Amino acid sequence: MELFSIILLLVMGVATIGSAILALTTKKTDVAILAAGAISLFASIFFLVLASPDVAMTEAAIGAGLSTFLFFVILRKTEQNAEK
Amino acid sequence: MLKNSFIALLVLAFGVLLFHGVVKLYKVPEKLNRTAEFYNSNEASQIGAANVVTAVVVTYRGLYTLGEVTVLFLAASVIGFFLKRKKKTAPVDAKPAGSELMTTASKVLVPGSIILGVYVFVNGHLTPGGGFQGGAIIGTAILLLALANPTYSISKKVFHWIESISGFVFVAIGLAGLLLAGGFLDTRFLPNGEMLSLFSAGAIPLIYSMIGLKVGSEISGIILELNDTQPNQD
Repeated sequence: MELFSIILLLVMGVATIGSAILALTTKKTDVAILAAGAISLFASIFFLVLASPDVAMTEAAIGAGLSTFLFFVILRKTEQNAEK
Repeated sequence: MLKNSFIALLVLAFGVLLFHGVVKLYKVPEKLNRTAEFYNSNEASQIGAANVVTAVVVTYRGLYTLGEVTVLFLAASVIGFFLKRKKKTAPVDAKPAGSELMTTASKVLVPGSIILGVYVFVNGHLTPGGGFQGGAIIGTAILLLALANPTYSISKKVFHWIESISGFVFVAIGLAGLLLAGGFLDTRFLPNGEMLSLFSAGAIPLIYSMIGLKVGSEISGIILELNDTQPNQD
């Protein structure tokens, strides 16, 4: 494994753990959703570096894109319910 | 606070352990195992897809992909079944419109995302990606549309029809492989064509387009079902 990949993986690993801690400890729900999406984004870079671009695309499309959006839709619907 | 820091510590320890495993224990394999060796050396002459993963997913293990699509279909129908009941009883109240920023951005992003999704699944045999990824991108576009214009409703019947027809065509192509080529889901009944061109690799682009349409319409159907559900009045 080249030095560049190892440095990239190290940075991504630290960022993933940081996002995970942020998602768990933050009080704001939208920040937690964004942090959970960021974990997926970093994981997809992991998959790309570890030579599986198709899994990386799936992770980026479903984990980072679809589920983050879905959480926001549901968050808005529950907030609307709470207002009534 | 103590509980939170304990959780953070646990996550940190788990991450360090996992990362240690990834970096320390990962060795680049010297040679492929026998199955991978077979796929890698025979795929280009037999199937002709530039992307070996696609050849494995659609042809060699096509049955597995059919099962995956079936599982997704079951999930979509169960969600539709459970969410449908509340629709009639709830009054249709005016939902607040999405913010200006969302509405404007969605006008630019939604057509682009749909085209990107179609590109991803049509080129599934040439590039990494394929039916599932393309379908998920289309689903995200529909979700963005629903998020930006809450009052806007698309007929769900169109999605149900697309889903049914594409699933039917997928199985029909599999049966055509059984009749005209080596077996169920054998894609070699169409000519292999020139490698790296759009119309190549037998029936793989056709099958992946069908999977992409099916997954996209299923995810869109789930999202529209969720978006239409009214809160319980009692």
